[in-house]
Amino acid sequence: MQYLPNIIFALALILGFGYFAKNVKKIIRNIKLGQDVDVSDNKSERFKNMARIALGQSKMVRRPVSGVLHIVVYVGFIIINIELLEIIIDGLFGTHRIFSFLGSAYGFLIGTFEVLAFLVFISVTIFWVRRNIIKLKRFWKSEMKGWPKNDGNFILYFEMVLMSLFLIMNATDVHFQAMNSGNVISQYIAPLFSGLSETTLDSIERGAWWLHILGILVFLNYLYFSKHLHILLAFPNTYYGKLKPKGQLNNLEAVTKEVKLMMDPNADPFAAPEEGAEDEVPAKFGASDVQDLNWVQLLSAYTCTECGRCTSACPANLTGKKLSPRKIMMDTRDRLEEVGKNIDANNGEFKDDGKQLLGDYITHEELWACTTCNACVEECPVSIDPLSIILEMRRYLVMEQSAAPTELNTMMTNIENNGAPWAYNQMDRLNWKDE
Amino acid sequence: MSDLLKVPTMEEFMAQGKQPEILFWVGSAGSFDDRAKKISRAFVKILNKANVDFAVLGTEESNTGDIAKRAGNEFLFQMQAVTNIEVLDAYGIKKIVTCDPHSFNCLKNEYPGLGGVYDVIHHTQYINELIASGRLKVEGDLYKGKKITFHDPCYLGRANNEYEAPRDVLKQTNAQLVEMKRHKRTALCCGAGGAQMFKEPEKGDKDVNVLRTEDALETRPDIIATGCPYCNTMMTDGVKAKEKEAEVEVLDVAELIANTLNL
Ligand code: SF4
Ligand code: SF4
Repeated sequence: MQYLPNIIFALALILGFGYFAKNVKKIIRNIKLGQDVDVSDNKSERFKNMARIALGQSKMVRRPVSGVLHIVVYVGFIIINIELLEIIIDGLFGTHRIFSFLGSAYGFLIGTFEVLAFLVFISVTIFWVRRNIIKLKRFWKSEMKGWPKNDGNFILYFEMVLMSLFLIMNATDVHFQAMNSGNVISQYIAPLFSGLSETTLDSIERGAWWLHILGILVFLNYLYFSKHLHILLAFPNTYYGKLKPKGQLNNLEAVTKEVKLMMDPNADPFAAPEEGAEDEVPAKFGASDVQDLNWVQLLSAYTCTECGRCTSACPANLTGKKLSPRKIMMDTRDRLEEVGKNIDANNGEFKDDGKQLLGDYITHEELWACTTCNACVEECPVSIDPLSIILEMRRYLVMEQSAAPTELNTMMTNIENNGAPWAYNQMDRLNWKDE
Repeated sequence: MSDLLKVPTMEEFMAQGKQPEILFWVGSAGSFDDRAKKISRAFVKILNKANVDFAVLGTEESNTGDIAKRAGNEFLFQMQAVTNIEVLDAYGIKKIVTCDPHSFNCLKNEYPGLGGVYDVIHHTQYINELIASGRLKVEGDLYKGKKITFHDPCYLGRANNEYEAPRDVLKQTNAQLVEMKRHKRTALCCGAGGAQMFKEPEKGDKDVNVLRTEDALETRPDIIATGCPYCNTMMTDGVKAKEKEAEVEVLDVAELIANTLNL
């Protein structure tokens, strides 16, 4: 009987990490539904970007208030989790504060954790106020209703509760308080519990301890359903982020082959099939669903923090148009999840559900409102490129469906016929010099 | 005045067996749009003044295909690109200057993938080079005491990280440079990019160019400086929409320099 807590603890760990691992596998599988893209180049530059942008949070601090608060929460949360090691050992072996033999070093460590926990609590509270009382515009856009809105708040509540539990656990730990070392914050909470018997204090301490570790496990598994996944995926995403100049959009290779063939007077139109280039049969041009996007774009969809920095810089959105780059990323993730569930329900194979990203999630109107200005790409703190998805879908609309707005069709016909977007004669191209 | 404008073509250079220092890529707007044609002329005046040995392709130039690409028509883009690359390579072109950031970006970043590799420079960068190397001396107080605010073109700024060259050039006019709240990497688009120039905007509360013009007007400028023919049109329209055309002028960096030099 006396080993019961240890066994329950071990089970909770296994369950918690097991379920998490299962969902991680699912995410990886879903991301791999995307098209292949070669991102094996420039490893050192990629590492530098990851270190600077994800680890160093360089783009977060461009907005100083949220940037600094975010760093506090980020650093605090990571460092406090060192404490997890002790919790796990104590839990598995029934020890109590196994590292306390370190003496003053232990006091220093826990003291640091307490200060950080306090700062995290304060920061998270300010975040909550910004979202719910000051109502910062970017958190109240039309795509931020329902789950996305709640999700943002749930994360904040979670962190408030976890930090409180950590401090309460310390405050009610009679032995720890008696050490009088490291209880820098909890000593001020301890008086709240004064007058309680030692057994009551002990049960509160145990309760807080259990809720704290279980809370962490639940939070870990919450990530999968949440925008909070970015705490993990920000790293690979910044690593694989775009290195080329922002203005450079990829040249579609399948198109190049066809164009070269069309333009080459020596090309033998009957030669192609003999080369046995079976896989060169043009795929779909552009993207209408998530599987047509590349895997980095799908990874980005899972990484998006829904912070809306992109949207708040988007000229189309700022002028009241339907386009929101954040929504493009959220839609991509939602659809990808839907496709993933479809695959799970059909023994590993996707059954056509009559839906797709284009049209059912993202409308033509949104796509055509984009000025390709790259403001969203510039703003994103985790190196997401919403513009690349918009462009792929425009490509599908134009090359597969000829569904461009009429004025654009006129413009394109003009380029085809006159080499200019207007209906002028190419022979008049130098007239300007004499006018 | 136009008889002063020397605009030799590549064909003429070829006939004399010579290579120009640079090719001036005029671009579709610079060739056909009435407002942008003035920018082309101003830039040529500067080139003439600095004795730059340059040429244009003239009737052999065709649209870069950039707008088609951004609209999603990769086929049309690549057809245009391959055709242009053939012409450029036939002439052995190495260095290209253009007043259009969209052509600049497209030639610089997208043509190499299709085999067209050139040293591509935006005209503000080139003017800056001419000044730095002492080939062009900008003197004149035409704009002294005036306030100029520069609107960063997306395809020069964010897309290619060039923020300083146009500002360095503008300093030569002795005017006072004032920055808009959104400038450099946070600059707001003029609303023309991504083929928006050629269609009606989607429904919204206002047009992008009007919002951007409001940004500019907040600095109480005498002149809004641009470095892109499309931005120029958009800002000019914005100023008109705000009924400020009597007080505020929209001019390209090249025009400001040409005017300062009284060309
Ligand atoms: S590139 Fe498109 S989506 Fe991104 S900010 Fe500009 S207009 Fe908005
Ligand atoms: S794409 Fe980037 S900037 Fe936009 S909401 Fe997602 S994380 Fe934030």
